[in-house]
Amino acid sequence: MAIRLLSFALMIAAWYVGSRLAGPRLFPDPQTVGVAIVNEARSGALAFNLGVTLARVAVAFAIAMLLGTAIGLAMGRSRTADRFGDPWLVVLLNLPALVIIVLAYVWVGLTETAAILAVALNKLPIATVTVREGARALDRSLDDMAQVFRMSAWNRMRHVVLPQLAPYLAAAARSGLSLVWKIVLIVELLGRPNGVGFEIGVAFQLFDVTRILAYALAFIAVMLAIETLLVQPLERHVARWRARPA
Amino acid sequence: MLGELALVLGLGEVAALVGPSGCGKTTLLRIVAGLERDFDGAVTLPAHGRLGMVFQEPRLLPWRTVEQNVRLAVPEASDGTLDALFTTLGLAAHRAHYPGELSLGLARRAALARAFAVEPDLLLLDEPFVSLEEALAARLREELAWLVGRRPVTTLLVTHDVDEAIGLADRLILLSASPARIVADLPIERPRAAHSADERAAIRQAIAQRLGEARSSARS
Repeated sequence: MAIRLLSFALMIAAWYVGSRLAGPRLFPDPQTVGVAIVNEARSGALAFNLGVTLARVAVAFAIAMLLGTAIGLAMGRSRTADRFGDPWLVVLLNLPALVIIVLAYVWVGLTETAAILAVALNKLPIATVTVREGARALDRSLDDMAQVFRMSAWNRMRHVVLPQLAPYLAAAARSGLSLVWKIVLIVELLGRPNGVGFEIGVAFQLFDVTRILAYALAFIAVMLAIETLLVQPLERHVARWRARPA
Repeated sequence: MLGELALVLGLGEVAALVGPSGCGKTTLLRIVAGLERDFDGAVTLPAHGRLGMVFQEPRLLPWRTVEQNVRLAVPEASDGTLDALFTTLGLAAHRAHYPGELSLGLARRAALARAFAVEPDLLLLDEPFVSLEEALAARLREELAWLVGRRPVTTLLVTHDVDEAIGLADRLILLSASPARIVADLPIERPRAAHSADERAAIRQAIAQRLGEARSSARS
């Protein structure tokens, strides 16, 4: 904890020094940025833009995780599905995020649907690959057990398969969350009239570095809160059976 | 792996399959359990019959407690049935434990509890006490014999331990090495628990003789 605090303090100090060297227009100091955050928060713009962006992150993330889990599970368990899906996966994995975004806007139009589709498609192949890895490692002997005792499909999924996939799902969720919010900002910059990405785009045109940093910091704080308040407790809950060794 | 073989179990009969390791005993059980599809032949189970099985390893879900493991396999089991089973098998204090917290002996008991909670029409046991220390295995054998005696259930037991087979079964089926065939099919007089050491020795001698005959006939 002490080392963390020290590291954080050093970061702030480096910021002050950098700001001194580069000048307040290019790199405003922490105080200026803090005041900007408070001003944006007072006007309500910060909460609105953060809310809009978070909603896009949540929807795109949920779609990508659900589809990625379903496809990854199918590909990990069936050779045919794996062979069939692999070329699609390779194409999607290697398609630059920007291309997917631009094509989504061109084909679907400058709409919310296009924005979310573009983000979800960017995240989908990575989630699929991670879950496929987990599905390949599923324990066949537990499948046999579930079959002998005629467990229902729902119970098999919930009590036999998903607990084994949990570490892979956590990895996919974690890498996915950071990827999704970065891409959401680009999507907003290119074709949405609101959200953190849009605000940063406007600030860029006005050369308003203070505002760029204000929104970036606020957003990092929100994502940190989600990680500590949502993701970590969930991981602890899922791993509770490991917590007490024999 | 398996040769040509036919086997009919009577209702409530406990049959032990004994044979050298690698002769396909486990494969045979898996075929009966419906886990193996790649074979020529037919398996007829009692209509609407429910299956209980104890695998060589306990095969419990590590992320569910002992009680949850049993309830997931048998959602319709009543509290009374489970209470009685857990008490009989010495698991009453371990219901809320995760399998990783149990010794192998306790995990085996949990697997037995799960198989019996089904109230199966056919019980399949695949070397259920292998790699346990002898005293513990003997106790578990007694508990198993008691459970089978209380509610007669058609049972197919795979083992390489002739004493275990004599102690538990009504009928001993000897298999040859792979490809497995039935070498001998010996009835064992009831009541099982009353066997004296002499009787056991006699049965063992009979088995040795049959095995010897089978070998010499294979050679000629």
